[in-house]
Amino acid sequence: MFQRVLIANRGEIAARVSRTCRRLGIESHAVYSVADADALHVREADGATHIGAAPVAESYINVDAVLDAAVQAGCDAVHPGYGLLSENGHFAQACDERGITFIGPAAAHMELMGNKNQARATMRDLGMPVIPGSAATVADDDAEAVAEEVGYPLLIKASYGGGGIGMATVKRPNQFSRSLRRARSSALRAFGSDEVYLERLLVEPHHIELQVFGDGQGNAAILGDRECSVQRRHQKVIEEAPAPAPHLTDELRERLYDQVRSAVAGLNYQNAGTVECLLDASGEIFFLEMNTRLQVEHPVTEMVTGLDLVEWQLRIAAGEPLTELPGYGDPPPISGHAIETRIYAEDPETLLPSPGSIDVLEVPDEPWLRLDAGVASGDEVSHFYDPLMAKLIVYGADRPEALERLRIALDGSRIEGLKHNIPFLQRVLDAQPFIDGNYDVTLTDGLLKS
Amino acid sequence: MADVKSPMAGTIFELIAAVGDAVEEGDELVILESMKMEIPVEAPSDGTVAEIHIAQGDQVQEGDVLVTLSE
Repeated sequence: MFQRVLIANRGEIAARVSRTCRRLGIESHAVYSVADADALHVREADGATHIGAAPVAESYINVDAVLDAAVQAGCDAVHPGYGLLSENGHFAQACDERGITFIGPAAAHMELMGNKNQARATMRDLGMPVIPGSAATVADDDAEAVAEEVGYPLLIKASYGGGGIGMATVKRPNQFSRSLRRARSSALRAFGSDEVYLERLLVEPHHIELQVFGDGQGNAAILGDRECSVQRRHQKVIEEAPAPAPHLTDELRERLYDQVRSAVAGLNYQNAGTVECLLDASGEIFFLEMNTRLQVEHPVTEMVTGLDLVEWQLRIAAGEPLTELPGYGDPPPISGHAIETRIYAEDPETLLPSPGSIDVLEVPDEPWLRLDAGVASGDEVSHFYDPLMAKLIVYGADRPEALERLRIALDGSRIEGLKHNIPFLQRVLDAQPFIDGNYDVTLTDGLLKS
Repeated sequence: MADVKSPMAGTIFELIAAVGDAVEEGDELVILESMKMEIPVEAPSDGTVAEIHIAQGDQVQEGDVLVTLSE
């Protein structure tokens, strides 16, 4: 096992990785930008290195600065968290070249899944159903003909995209060429490539995802599913495990798990990953993309399995086989229900960012409540970074109990000093489709209009 | 004269307006980047861009004057 792990991230996830390291007797080493000198993730680590200015390009995603810090601090492994460098194949390779273990998948798998169009083709060849769409990236001269084949309404998506950027919905053929131009220019600006592909737009789909693990030795495990259909700006706000979607039947679940398990084993995938799918109203499920890292919403899976996924990541990176990990079971032990809400520093009406300082951040102290926070009372929420302040996760014996506890948790939380989205989360909690456990990705559209 | 202020702390991502431009209510003057989001700052009324107080890459605080419009 590793002696000292550098955590190449900030905020709640860096603090969370530190906690597991401490429990396992591993020293954690933080990195920080000027803006984060006094941040919680630095206070929670055993050591820390300043790596640059506040903008992420000058600090957290500066490969050389992060790796120099790891070498100078004598770290033998790097945990990338999520976002930032976590899906950057060059970074994983650079770690390898400097004799430091990258805690994550092989660079080749990160690159394969990073190209969304290639990922689709790969998963289709491995037996997963994919959303009908263009076979490859589209060129300007035959794009309209391909669009006719795919059928309207459709989505234009960036090959190297994510987070809803470079994505355009096209309802009618006469909107296509203008949307294509706009999608290409925003993709080029955000991802450095204007490659796009087309996908049929599913009507009111549910976002369902599977937590997977592979050990690079041919073993694969599926640690259950999550539903993440509560989104704003194509980003998740509330996630739960197991997925409550009523048309995700036991039979469909079993078929999906088998397909994903054999695909992950077929890739000889190593470490944690998430296979994201869309489930349409007719009960058909399609592969959407694979995230080659730990997911923001991994705590709901931890709550229903009792596992520590960061511990699994560390042990697999250290060469331990999947079947010998603590808590491993086939099928994995899943009981109860967990729901996570993301607490963002943003206006609860407009959902626009609201950076500032936190005078008070308090949540009820309950055994069924988990708070993964990146900030505490007295801290600053900087405009340089994502508005995620904390994740509040509740556990219940079943979904109704989890819902009731979530209401108690949100009603009893106090955040003062800046605007936050708890009032918005409470509106979601009051929405009938959410209470019924039958809501799709359009749920928040209705809540914002009203 | 009307001052167009920054709605929140952030970085000036893109300056769209130039001094002398005639703008209509709702036209985008500046794109502000805050918390990984691009937020357009729009003209609150019709007018002409009289003064620009910021440059691309500048850090601004909530309430800082970005652009001044004349009637």
